[in-house]
Amino acid sequence: MASDAETVRIEVAGEPVDGLAGQTIAGILMAGGRLSWRRSRTGRPRGVFCGIGVCFDCLVVVNGLRDVRACQRRAVDGDRVEFQRDDVAEHAGGQEDDHG
Amino acid sequence: MGAGIVGAATARVLARAGCDVVVVDRGATAGGTSASGEGNILVSDKGPGAELLLTWRTLAAWARVREELRDELPAGFPDLEFDRKGGLVVATSPEGAEALLAFARTQRAAGVRAEIVDDARAHELEPDLTPDLTSAVFYPEDAQVQPVVATEALLAAARRHGARVRQRVEVTGPLLAGGRLAGVRTTAGDLFADAVVLAAGPWSAGVAERLGVALPVRPRRGTVLVTSRMPARVRHKVYDADYVGAVGSGSADLQVSSVVESTAAGTVLIGSSRERRGFDDRIEARVLAALAAKALVLFPFLADAQVIRAYGGFRPYVPDHLPIIGADPRLPGLWHATGHEGAGIGLSLATADLLHDLILAPETADPLADAFRPDRPGLPQEHPDGAT
Amino acid sequence: MAEQTVEQVPVLVVGGGPAGMAAARAARLGGARVVLVESGDDLGGQYWRHLPAERQAAREQGGRVAGRPHRGVHQDVPHPGWARFRRMRDDLLRDAGCEVVLGGHVWSVDRRDGAPPLVHVLVGPPDGNGRQPRAFEPAALVLATGAHERTLPFPGWDLPGVFTAGAAQALAKGERVAVGRRVLVAGSGPFLLPVASSLVRTGARVVGVVEAAGRAQLARGWGSRPWRLLPALAKGGELAGYVRDLAAYRIPYRTGAAVVAAHGTDRVEAVTVARLTPGWAPVPGSARRIAVDAVCVGHGFVPRAELATSAGCALGADGSVVVDAGQRTSVPGVLTAGELAGIGGVDLALAEGEIAGSVAAGRAPSPAAVRTRSVFREFAARLAAAHEIRPGWQAWVDDHTIVCRCEDVTAGELRSVAALTGSRGLRSLKLTTRAGLGSCQGRTCGRSVEEILGPAGLVDAGRTARRPLAIPVRLGEIAATAAAGEDVR
Repeated sequence: MASDAETVRIEVAGEPVDGLAGQTIAGILMAGGRLSWRRSRTGRPRGVFCGIGVCFDCLVVVNGLRDVRACQRRAVDGDRVEFQRDDVAEHAGGQEDDHG
Repeated sequence: MGAGIVGAATARVLARAGCDVVVVDRGATAGGTSASGEGNILVSDKGPGAELLLTWRTLAAWARVREELRDELPAGFPDLEFDRKGGLVVATSPEGAEALLAFARTQRAAGVRAEIVDDARAHELEPDLTPDLTSAVFYPEDAQVQPVVATEALLAAARRHGARVRQRVEVTGPLLAGGRLAGVRTTAGDLFADAVVLAAGPWSAGVAERLGVALPVRPRRGTVLVTSRMPARVRHKVYDADYVGAVGSGSADLQVSSVVESTAAGTVLIGSSRERRGFDDRIEARVLAALAAKALVLFPFLADAQVIRAYGGFRPYVPDHLPIIGADPRLPGLWHATGHEGAGIGLSLATADLLHDLILAPETADPLADAFRPDRPGLPQEHPDGAT
Repeated sequence: MAEQTVEQVPVLVVGGGPAGMAAARAARLGGARVVLVESGDDLGGQYWRHLPAERQAAREQGGRVAGRPHRGVHQDVPHPGWARFRRMRDDLLRDAGCEVVLGGHVWSVDRRDGAPPLVHVLVGPPDGNGRQPRAFEPAALVLATGAHERTLPFPGWDLPGVFTAGAAQALAKGERVAVGRRVLVAGSGPFLLPVASSLVRTGARVVGVVEAAGRAQLARGWGSRPWRLLPALAKGGELAGYVRDLAAYRIPYRTGAAVVAAHGTDRVEAVTVARLTPGWAPVPGSARRIAVDAVCVGHGFVPRAELATSAGCALGADGSVVVDAGQRTSVPGVLTAGELAGIGGVDLALAEGEIAGSVAAGRAPSPAAVRTRSVFREFAARLAAAHEIRPGWQAWVDDHTIVCRCEDVTAGELRSVAALTGSRGLRSLKLTTRAGLGSCQGRTCGRSVEEILGPAGLVDAGRTARRPLAIPVRLGEIAATAAAGEDVR
């Protein structure tokens, strides 16, 4: 007997978002209107590309853990999702400690 | 023979001096050990001695060569990423601290800038470093370069001065003339030369054998883990104090001492393992596990880091841990520039300069070269690892 | 470090898609105990991808079309052979002699000389942390890791809204999400048809299917000696269904053309479609702009051969694993089936899986499976000829086109570094440009990078499939994988 789908509530970039139990994080993001949520190495917007976990474009930060494929990870109630930025500043080396 | 960093540096120096130079490699340029390491130019792991002197010379040479390359290389050539990063050696046990401090004392006596730093200063240098360190020494002279770009740059400069680089050409045998090496036979025909330089890294013994001489160089396997890019939290090269012991050891068993550093690309490299197992290139989980465990001792935060790649390479290892540079007394015309173990990048330019003097102006050659002669006392002709 | 037990198992199957399921089933019928490792949270692989259990029985409010609520009833996305899948799946899950490890990610294998490798698995969610390590020492290993799509780069392909064809399927079947409202499907191969069918059933309007192979190329593949395709008639029925959808939904199907550019600022808003020469180069003056909000592009499949490579198996020129009549690879005790042994679709995968499973259990394969395999191998050969990528595609890749998506490396950078350094080494060029060094480790760009650099003749081509780490793993998880006892036998 069909019953109403169970919902899960997650947090996306600080905002509460509802999804269906069993949805992947990518499914929830795309159902909510997003096509992109990550910044690539040169700051370009990225979201799902291959959908099967081989391209690594759709990465999100889940509960503080980076590099989680949104298209593979099923959302769990209470998950805290943040958008990953891979246009990280390159480190300055030992410049402040440069002894010449 | 060999288009890795040592062959490239040597080719450039000789081409600049007006020699007609041909570089052959059975594979691609920068296709061997030069592409397997981190591009280290280290004083931190050198005790007093000839290798340390050679390292200082290479460091000084890099400053000069980088300037020269600006004129020699075409615009848009990839950046060498030379970085005077500095290295921090960290002990995490009382025995480790004792050994580290003793070593640092001998280094300081030889003129190495080895700054013993206290806990607070160590964490100022590396905020994410483990709280459980027992002693730490900072070496501001430690530097790094992108090893593949450096190799290709030196080759490009050599070509600019007329050198020819021939890839996929394999040496098959000697050309002898009156007991002297007058060139080599290759898969692409005979090449005649006044001087034949062997710079084939861990494969040098095999090449030497084809030319009729034995060379005590064997492969020493290393494996590296690479993480995805992340916001920078490791600022220098950081090693556990076991590193010194691991380099100097003759043991064939797996030895792991941790080396952790960030790259310009934002990834973190995690090394370093040492095994003597011939040219067996398989990657084993137990080696990766040992690398990972030791890295986490230094930087616990890395437990969450996503490792995306593991690769390995072979260092050219000589039983007395010194490179072999100079004329082969058994075969006039053959010159060696090999056996640099894990320090090829860091000894490359000075090796090339030494060889230049030995070949072209032997009367001016530095007495330092004696330490690296193929017939030096203390270098067995037979390698304990046996046949190639 | 605690000692980890190495589990000895008669038959280990890696991959729970059609080939792996068939292999597990056949090995069981052959009397062997089986462990089947699947990285997803259910069996089925890509071909039988479906809604997760939590959503199958549920009633959902309308659907979702990439963000816009869509009124109307969901039609079920076609799942050919669904009943067969359910039977196989239920049998395996109920079978006490078959342990199905879901959420099992094989991250590395330790090559052994003349024997199957040691197999290292982490059990837990994808890209998790602190997953449970398990190590297996199989007497027979069946690799059924399938394939992933290859998408040729084109200007603008990195815009949000550009997907592989497979993504449209995965999102439709697995999430009931349509990638857009006005979608173009393009690329090469029969896979484009089921993709179009899935898309229309999730509420999208498919404005066209654009196949790069021209009529002559298609005829060469499909049309020559058509009587040899007769035994595959059942397959013809499935394809006919997709062709009916094209008519029913009025989806134009165009051959000898390709998407040569995507346009938009933050997302794709239009694409340029051009006619192609038989060699796949764009014909000047034939370009037409089409407004879309999503485009799905796929140019065939690439076998996922990293575990086979790490185990020491010999690969063919096309990247598939070389097998004999018993599906054995060049490593004793290692077999393979499905797309990994050569792209050929589900029927071939099921037949090969059955053969591999039987042989792994020490039995002779069934004559029926052997016959089916040869029928569908013929089919697969036609597929390859009809849709093989031709080199003219490089003409639509300008210097600004990103080739390596992970590292944002453009075609111009690849070409110029190769010219400036004079290097002909793939390894050297990768380390200098960073192409192929990002998180996907060259899966998406690898072949394209090699072909773009190819003109000079690469000295060490084909390295891209060597990945000792088959998936990314957390450093803490690697550390927690205890050294397997060296003398465990």
